[in-house]
Amino acid sequence: MASISIKNLKKSFGAVNVIKGIDLEIKSGEFMVFVGPSGCGKSTMLRLIAGLEDITSGTMEFDGKIVNALAPSKRGIAMVFQSYALYPHMTVFQNMAFGMKLAKNNKDEIKTRVGKAAALLQITPYLDRLPKQLSGGQRQRVAIGRAIVRDPKVFLFDEPLSNLDAALRVATRLEIAKLHHSMNNVTMVYVTHDQVEAMTLADRICVLRDGYIEQVGTPLELYETPANIFVAGFIGSPKMNLMTGKFASPYKAHTIGVRSEHLEFVTKGGWAGKVIHAETLGSDSYVFVDIGTEEPVIVRESGTTKHTVGSKVQIAPLKGKVHFFNEQGNSI
Amino acid sequence: MSNLTENQKPMRNELQAGRVRSAWIFLSPMIVVLLIVAAWPLSRSVWFSLTDASLLHLYDAKFIGFKNYFKVLHTDSGETLYFGVLMDKAWWNAVWNTLRFGVVSVVLETCLGMAVALVLNANFKGRGFVRAAILIPWAIPTVVSAKMWGWMLNDQLGIVNDMLIKLGIIHEKIAWVADANYSMIAVVGVDTWKTVPFMALLILAGLQMVPGDVYEAAEIDGVHPVKVFFKVTLPLVLPALMVAVIFRMMDALRIFDLVYILTPNSSQTKTMSVIARENLFDFDKFAYGSAESTLLFLFLLVVVTLYIKIGRVNLDGGVQ
Amino acid sequence: MIPAWIKNTAFYAFVVIIVLQAVFPFYYAIVTSFKTGAEIFEISYYPRTFHLDNYYNVLFSGNGSFLRNIWNSVWVSSITVIVALFIAVTASYALSRVRFRGRSLMLMTILCVSMFPQVAVLAGLFEVVRALGLYNTDWSLIFSYTIFTLPFTVWVLTTFMRDLPIELEEAAIVDGATPWVIVSKIFMPLMWPALVTTGLLAFIAAWNEYLYALTFTASNDAARTVPVGIALLSGNSEHEIPWGPIMAASVIVTVPLIALVLIFQRKIIAGLTAGGVKG
Repeated sequence: MASISIKNLKKSFGAVNVIKGIDLEIKSGEFMVFVGPSGCGKSTMLRLIAGLEDITSGTMEFDGKIVNALAPSKRGIAMVFQSYALYPHMTVFQNMAFGMKLAKNNKDEIKTRVGKAAALLQITPYLDRLPKQLSGGQRQRVAIGRAIVRDPKVFLFDEPLSNLDAALRVATRLEIAKLHHSMNNVTMVYVTHDQVEAMTLADRICVLRDGYIEQVGTPLELYETPANIFVAGFIGSPKMNLMTGKFASPYKAHTIGVRSEHLEFVTKGGWAGKVIHAETLGSDSYVFVDIGTEEPVIVRESGTTKHTVGSKVQIAPLKGKVHFFNEQGNSI
Repeated sequence: MSNLTENQKPMRNELQAGRVRSAWIFLSPMIVVLLIVAAWPLSRSVWFSLTDASLLHLYDAKFIGFKNYFKVLHTDSGETLYFGVLMDKAWWNAVWNTLRFGVVSVVLETCLGMAVALVLNANFKGRGFVRAAILIPWAIPTVVSAKMWGWMLNDQLGIVNDMLIKLGIIHEKIAWVADANYSMIAVVGVDTWKTVPFMALLILAGLQMVPGDVYEAAEIDGVHPVKVFFKVTLPLVLPALMVAVIFRMMDALRIFDLVYILTPNSSQTKTMSVIARENLFDFDKFAYGSAESTLLFLFLLVVVTLYIKIGRVNLDGGVQ
Repeated sequence: MIPAWIKNTAFYAFVVIIVLQAVFPFYYAIVTSFKTGAEIFEISYYPRTFHLDNYYNVLFSGNGSFLRNIWNSVWVSSITVIVALFIAVTASYALSRVRFRGRSLMLMTILCVSMFPQVAVLAGLFEVVRALGLYNTDWSLIFSYTIFTLPFTVWVLTTFMRDLPIELEEAAIVDGATPWVIVSKIFMPLMWPALVTTGLLAFIAAWNEYLYALTFTASNDAARTVPVGIALLSGNSEHEIPWGPIMAASVIVTVPLIALVLIFQRKIIAGLTAGGVKG
């Protein structure tokens, strides 16, 4: 486990500035998730931590030691790639043992460590198989196993679940969470564009946009006190409902935001509108109401909604659940 | 404790530096070999062209500047005589032959290659067999092709004359290879026969990169096939086509084997390569031949550079 | 509107023409090679006789010099290809996977070298060959063939290597692999089909080569290769061209080549287009 200290980090590819000045402290043993839209720089950040890219300016420290100049294999990191990146011509065992072989560890040590990692991930029966003989989920576990064998101080994940189907994604998410606990809380840095993964796995989330940090905090902090409109809209599904103009002015703010789960149907005193669409998922319903804002407001209801399309309704926010934003989009 | 005070400027990642170092080490054998095998002989050839070297006196050659290329002589009788490659009728004849050959054969090969590629792009029974069959002309060594066709084009015994007379296309046997009027046709014909497979395959590869839904959309829109070809297929295939054309043009301009073996000593087909070699070794005009080969090299260099600049060929498509 | 059956007939007629013109010349060479001296003076479209005289003549007369030619060609082509591949593997890794200053220039230089007219270096090569005492040995050819086999193999291998996934390389880097380890332990096992293809194409080019073989070997057959051997096959008198033996020699030399090309046709087509289409 290592703590990572990033100070004023900048990265440009030629004339393009991808990371524009980032300060971040990752605590030893924590599970930090980088999340953000495409092009925000989250993968680049991960690769800078790994050492696969040059740092243009700024410093990166592991446990207080500057690692800017160190090659990836010397930083004590291990990485799980989005496409698993298993060596196609080697067996599972050879894949997992490759790093140790290069470091010239002796054969018994290699066998022990690979065996332990395989047992942990339940892939022992596959040790003699080639990657092409395995399913996607199994390959992903081998990729994780290969990383575990390296006994890293920092574990890096680059969107590892994107290539899996929905059901497998949920199952593997659980595996990764269990892994974090069982590995003595080794520091993990995880990149994803999926905010559900971020919310469920992270100790802390770092929201990135355009090469800058928008907010860092625990999932709940980001959910309950988003620092600006971008974070408010990014975390939580469906997106937070935002309103300006006559809806916001009573609250003395430029924009207000209310989450779907914090709106309720009232008989009087609320915003009046018409139901234009309803999605029923069985467990919840999402009712789309047009109250005169640019986009329809989405209201979440437990179970099946009784409001039909076309009916006139009134909706109001729950007390204390309204978020206020100024003209710049920041929370006030 | 951070050692930030020691190194305010972060050091360059040793990974990248190490990779660049390895890259140069990996490249060095190739660079050394190319220097020895290509750069040195080329510069020596150019050097010879500036001397009066001959096969027997390679080493006591004297530097004479550009006299092999262009020399003016004022005789005592008041005449002004011009010598040198640039004034040599035989040389310019060779240049003309080369250009004639190059343009005609490349145009023919491109059009026929395109036709064959379109055929191969269509899905029909026996397509694999046809593709294999057309590889045969390409696989046959040039020397063998020249001999084979020399035999078929033989004026007395050749089967081509026989066939053409039987079909009523000609009325008497033509000396394809020997007759000055027909020898270039023979050379272009054989070269086309041999090269169309290569062009067809390159163009086919380009055709196969055109996504199928483009054609389906055109079909739904009811566009006439000929129009589809000119307005849809051709523009999309153009990059691959341009690469194929330039490769072929370069090969055509430096052709030697076919001309030398099929139509030896024919002034109608003698190309720049042939005449250069003739002067170098057959006539022992070593320096003169060197001058001719150097001119050919410069000519091709200009063509390649123009093509790369104008075509904006992306050479650095490597990993970014 | 042209009815479909006319279009189809025209299409298949075209296909038949394509196949016939491709196959007929070689077929006719085979037919000719089976004829004896007198029969050659008759033109026939299909084999009427079957004599192996020409083959015996070519293979076993003249001190078996033709066989020696074949051996020379095999030896020279193989060695030059092996040497080129060896050097090209590491060079193409550098050119396709590492970002460094001067890479574009190097790629363009390699492309230019492969475009050299062979006659442009003939004079200089002749000097080197004589100076090194290589004249009339197969080493003169191995040496001079490198000028086109090396750029070609580098160019094609570079194109193939560019296509290998970058994450594979990065995983190896994280595992602590040096560039040499990456090339030898990760890329080479994955590249061997490309190596076979490239080697085959370079082999065919070397086998085919005529100008240098003509210039650097002398009239005795110690180092002469097949193309020169066939081109210079002469008859009993000055003006008699031995068409029969020439055809026989051509068939002997071409059948294995055609077989090779047909067996490996998919790989060959991939190699040709990799070098050509991707530019």
